[in-house]
Amino acid sequence: MSAVNAAGWRPSMGETGDSGEKFVTSSGDYGLMLEEALSFELGAEGKCGVDLDTPARAPAAGLSRFLRKAAPALPGLTEPETVRHYTRLSRQNYAIDLGPFPLGSCTMKHNPRLNEKMARLPGFSDVHPLQPQKSVEGALEVIEQLADWLITLTGMASVAMSPKAGAHGELCGLLCIRAALDARGEKRDVVLVPESAHGTNPATAAFAGFKVQSIPATPEGRVDLDALKAKLGPNVAGVMITNPNTCGLFEPEMKAIGDAVHAAGGYVYCDGANFNAIVGKVRPGDLGVDAMHINLHKTFSTPHGGGGPGAGPVVLSEALAPFAPLPFVTRGDDGRVHLVEEENAGEGHAQAFGRMVAFHGQMGMFTRALTYILSHGADGLRQVAEDAVLNANYVLRSCEDLLPAPFAKSGPCMHEALFSDAGLAEGFSTLDIAKGLIDEGFHPMTVYFPLVVKGAMLVEPTETESKAGLDRFIGSLRSLAQRAKDGDQSLHSAPHFAPRRRLDETLAARKPVLVWQGQPGVPATPSLSEIGGS
Amino acid sequence: MRYLPLTPADRAEMLGVIGADTVDDLFVDVPAEARLSGPIAGLPLRASEMAVERHMSALAAKNLSAGSAPFFLGAGAYRHHVPASVDHLIQRGEFLTAYTPYQPEIAQGTLQVLFEFQTQVARLFGTDIANASMYDGSTACWEAILMAARVTRKDRAVLSGGLHPHYGEVVRTMAKFTEDDIVSLSPELVAEADDAAVIAAIDDKTSCVVVQYPDILGRIPDLAAIAEAAHAKGALLVAVVTEPVALGMIEAPGVLGADIVVGEGQSLGVGLQFGGPYLGLFGCREKFVRQMPGRLCGQTVDAEGKRGFVLTLSTREQHIRREKATSNICTNSGLCALAFSIHLTLLGGDGLARLAAVNHDRTQALVERLTAVPGVTLLNDAYFNEVTLVLPRDAREVVRELADRKVLGGVSLGRLFPEASELHNGLLVTATETVTDEDIETFAKELEGVLA
Repeated sequence: MSAVNAAGWRPSMGETGDSGEKFVTSSGDYGLMLEEALSFELGAEGKCGVDLDTPARAPAAGLSRFLRKAAPALPGLTEPETVRHYTRLSRQNYAIDLGPFPLGSCTMKHNPRLNEKMARLPGFSDVHPLQPQKSVEGALEVIEQLADWLITLTGMASVAMSPKAGAHGELCGLLCIRAALDARGEKRDVVLVPESAHGTNPATAAFAGFKVQSIPATPEGRVDLDALKAKLGPNVAGVMITNPNTCGLFEPEMKAIGDAVHAAGGYVYCDGANFNAIVGKVRPGDLGVDAMHINLHKTFSTPHGGGGPGAGPVVLSEALAPFAPLPFVTRGDDGRVHLVEEENAGEGHAQAFGRMVAFHGQMGMFTRALTYILSHGADGLRQVAEDAVLNANYVLRSCEDLLPAPFAKSGPCMHEALFSDAGLAEGFSTLDIAKGLIDEGFHPMTVYFPLVVKGAMLVEPTETESKAGLDRFIGSLRSLAQRAKDGDQSLHSAPHFAPRRRLDETLAARKPVLVWQGQPGVPATPSLSEIGGS
Repeated sequence: MRYLPLTPADRAEMLGVIGADTVDDLFVDVPAEARLSGPIAGLPLRASEMAVERHMSALAAKNLSAGSAPFFLGAGAYRHHVPASVDHLIQRGEFLTAYTPYQPEIAQGTLQVLFEFQTQVARLFGTDIANASMYDGSTACWEAILMAARVTRKDRAVLSGGLHPHYGEVVRTMAKFTEDDIVSLSPELVAEADDAAVIAAIDDKTSCVVVQYPDILGRIPDLAAIAEAAHAKGALLVAVVTEPVALGMIEAPGVLGADIVVGEGQSLGVGLQFGGPYLGLFGCREKFVRQMPGRLCGQTVDAEGKRGFVLTLSTREQHIRREKATSNICTNSGLCALAFSIHLTLLGGDGLARLAAVNHDRTQALVERLTAVPGVTLLNDAYFNEVTLVLPRDAREVVRELADRKVLGGVSLGRLFPEASELHNGLLVTATETVTDEDIETFAKELEGVLA
């Protein structure tokens, strides 16, 4: 495996020697590089990893006509087989515990294990959402404390805690705006969304029943204030702005945007996905924001778990606060925290726009976020924003001579650095750099987003990366940029050292195979011919 | 701060590379009047791990946890025993701290799990396909209604009276804004009357009927009859499963004719967690695949011909179609789906069937004992692990008084249906495999005391 090919690049796993013949193992594993069959191929019907009592009673008579004819066709595994199956699978994943995830606009920082320990205290993890209030006062206090601190950190009037994720929070914010307009008796049906916004923003506006109009970005990568002002009118419900925006820049005219939108009778929604860049440094409430969701999993470090869960509380201005959905918590005159839901929503909450989820939101995420806030405190959170911004600017200035940074002249970036693939050799693009990073042992940055930059590469190092770690990443990025400028063809076939080579995404979409159709207990680990080539 | 690795020397050196004098120079685009000069007032300063642990433990101790009292709550969130290996495996850093699998070559672990999860859900529901999870059962229910409207090009959804009232409230809330037409039926005291009311409400404008199975009162609707009536009018049947363990014992909704099956997956692997995070399950007929919301994982091959998995059919999604997307959903519940999948893998089909049988057995024992309490009667003809008891007085007070006696004795229908006074003597009780004979005896004794 130490051979270096003519392009100066090591050949892939399985190829060896100058003649390119492949080395093959009979198991399909290569030492610690593991293959793993599907659980269905490993399991057998009747196999079970759980010891269960034998019921004393036959099914009740009333149930007989509903009984299923056979057990679900789900082969099982014993406990040791299950532990090994998932442990082997886990080793085919990149994760923040292994190295940086420099995904722009998708903050992935260290996940403290104290958060996990606290969320698993039985007093939080083993309580039912419909227990009598007196038996869950501690849980209600967690929600109230976190809510209070989110309000303090953002300088807003109120917060709706129940949204389940960032995009769900966007929906909540827009529905608050819709409810406020209804209360004013106005039918405004247009939401303005800048080009640099997250893709969820226009989708959310459409789902809330609004028409979406796009606002262009200026050549400097910011909202075009004149274009925005020209669109304002009696049909505009509001604007959705991402700040700091997805070009990695702060919108310096946020206050002017807010003033113009408010003067025209609309509301300002701010996408708070990037709040970690300004937490403790700026309060969005001081900038005229009416609603902003906070991705707890991003700013306050709850783990993303390979795609979720998230949590998206929405902070609200005085103007929108009365319309927040049920359920919510409130501290009463008796000093106790009360849960307000349909059963006890009195006159004071008559304007709540309804309910977004079955229960009270992502309690497990609240516990983790509160633990994180307590650990950092006001001083630590301010340092979070400063280090996030410092790290991003360090990456920007360390690479901009090799990779063009289209908005570098606009001033410092915030928590993420934006590069483009202009200037690479003919036929080389962002994707080559991204897949090359995998071979270097890093997760790639966000690719081809935001849409306003050709071949965009959006790098967000976050505040939990050390300088030494950043220097390693910068070294790899610079090396890849140089290879792509030099036309190193081996980049086109990267990754070479991942559990899989480049995957055929077109085939997956053209002929979707979404469930397993094989025979239970028949392994489909790669045959020698599959992995051995000729 | 132990989570922030930069030293003061690092910061100074990095500022030198950047060409800035102070970190504050990097915030120059923030208007000076909006920039805070020091730590925000009103928040404490940083605290040690030990101090944080003490604070959080004190809050946790104020709650009466389900495991520390005889416990009989359900109504969409169920307490099942979670094998120790489930929580251990989901805490492996490679699962816990991974991001959405946008780079499939280094996310095969998560992707294969999602593919296995989709297969498990489809087989459990009796549907052709399933997605890679949604936020929770209630939001999945709303997405199913939107999807039925896209498929049928009609927009009137009929909600059965047996649908969880919070699910109904989520649907009505969202429909106010999208201007979908929602017909909400009230729960009837006789199960057959609910089925008949649903069937009677179906007309040519109906996009779908939404029926919970088993329903919020613990009864089991006749899905096959409702499916037939819906299909005759060109409408879809959306079945809602809030207790997937039931499907170890009763027929899968897809087999009975449901076109879309959604559910709450919390019962397997996830735990109560005071309401979240949970995970939404979503299965449907294969021909609807391009109208389906949420993430999908598909099988493919890599450049060397090896089997691998990728996120697929993303042309339906918000990051490509923006305002024309099928849904605005971005995140799923990946880690909860992993927990669900591990628990179901440990059980297998036979284990799930046995677990279901134990749940039903425990509930039969509960019914036998509680209906012997003077004044208590049973509403259900058929039930799985949840039943409605009719008490001689408002069940809300009874629940509070039982809690004072350290018994978590079910969910009062008054809390779930505050508007329906005829239901207020109803108490919804649930027994899972975690309930012992002693728990039942304690519950019965205390209930006798409260009702005396």
